[in-house]
Amino acid sequence: MDTCIEKIKAICTDLFSKGEVEKVIGFAGGSIPMATRPIAVTSEADVEKLVFNAFCGLNLANYVTKNNLPKDGAKIAVVAKGCDARNLVTHMVENQVPRDQVYIIGVPCTGMADKRRIAQRFEDEITQCTQDGDTFTVTSALQQEVIAKKDVLRHNCQYCTHRNPPVYDVMAGEPVEEQILDQPFPDVDHIASMDPETRWDHFAELTKNCIRCYACRNACPLCYCPTCFVDESSPQWVGKGQDETDITTFHFLRAFHCAGRCTDCGACVEACPMGINVRDFTRKLNKDALDLFGWEAGMDLDRRPPLDVYSPDDPDDFIK
Amino acid sequence: MMGNLLEHMGVDRNRLHFSWISSAEATKFVDVVKEISDKVRALGTTKKFAKDYTK
Repeated sequence: MDTCIEKIKAICTDLFSKGEVEKVIGFAGGSIPMATRPIAVTSEADVEKLVFNAFCGLNLANYVTKNNLPKDGAKIAVVAKGCDARNLVTHMVENQVPRDQVYIIGVPCTGMADKRRIAQRFEDEITQCTQDGDTFTVTSALQQEVIAKKDVLRHNCQYCTHRNPPVYDVMAGEPVEEQILDQPFPDVDHIASMDPETRWDHFAELTKNCIRCYACRNACPLCYCPTCFVDESSPQWVGKGQDETDITTFHFLRAFHCAGRCTDCGACVEACPMGINVRDFTRKLNKDALDLFGWEAGMDLDRRPPLDVYSPDDPDDFIK
Repeated sequence: MMGNLLEHMGVDRNRLHFSWISSAEATKFVDVVKEISDKVRALGTTKKFAKDYTK
C-alpha cells in the first residue's frame, strides 16, 4: 500500500496535465494522529497533498453526488478502495451519477485500521502514529508500541471479500488476493443465536449512548436524499429526542433504507463519535440479501438491485 | 427483509403481518385486520417500539 500513493499521485498528475478531469477526490492528512480527511484536488500543484494509508476509513463515494458533479459534463476522478468503488457503482445503478463523468482510480486495499482498537492499548493520548508497510509505530507521552495492522484491522475489513474495486478506469497497484471466508457473518449468527429478549436487550444496549448526531447517516454514501426522514417535520416520522423508542426507530429505519445497497464499507462506524457499531443492523440485511437473493451491492453495473425488481422467484413465504 | 431485521432485533414475528390486498378487496382487508388484531391482543402488550409518554 506504500507504493500505492506514489502511483495515485502519478495518475493524478497525468490526468491534470492532459486536462481529463476537473478535480480528484482523495484523502489528505488529518490534523491529529490516525486521521485523514477527504480532499478535492483541483490542480496539479496540489496533488502532493494526497495521502493513502490505513486510516482512510471514510467512503469517498459520499462526495460524488448528483449535485456536486460538474454541470458541463466534465469528469471528476475518485480514489476508490474496493468498497468506495462498489458504492460508486451503486450510485450509477441508482441513476445518481453517470458512469462517463466519474474516473475511478482503483486502489487494491488490504484493510483499514481501527483507531479505537489502537487507542485502547494506550492509557493516555496518542501523539504520533507512523505506518511502515503493515506495522504502525504508535507513540504517546507514556509509551511507544509497534502494532501489526492485522491485529487492529476494522471488523468490516476483516470480513471483506471485495478488496479490489470491481469497476475501475485505472488501478493504482496490483490487485490483492481476495479473502474466502467459510463464515462471512459470524457476528450476525451470534446475535441470531440469542433468544428474542436478549436480542432486544443487545440492540438497546448498543444504541443507548446514541446522541442522534446523524454522523452515521452523513458519512454513508447511500444517504443522499435531499431531506432525510428524520429531518421531515410534516409529517414527523420519528421523534427527535433521545427517547429510546425514537433512537431504535431511527437506527432500524436508517438501516432498512440501506437494504440491498450497503457495501459494509464501515464509514458509519468510523464516523460515530460514540463508538456504536451500527453495522449490527445493516449486516443482518446484507446477510439476507446474500442468502435470499444471492446479491452483493455494487458489483455489477448491469444488474438491478433485488428490491428494485420483481421476479417470480422472489421469496414470498412471509406474505399471508 | 424488513420482517427479518425486526425479528433479528427481538420483535416477536407473530406481531408482524404482511399481506397482499387489492384496493378492491375490502372484505379481505377487514378479515385480515380482525385476524391480526385478535392475534396481537392475545399476545398482550409490548414495550418494544412503544413510546412511554408518562416519562
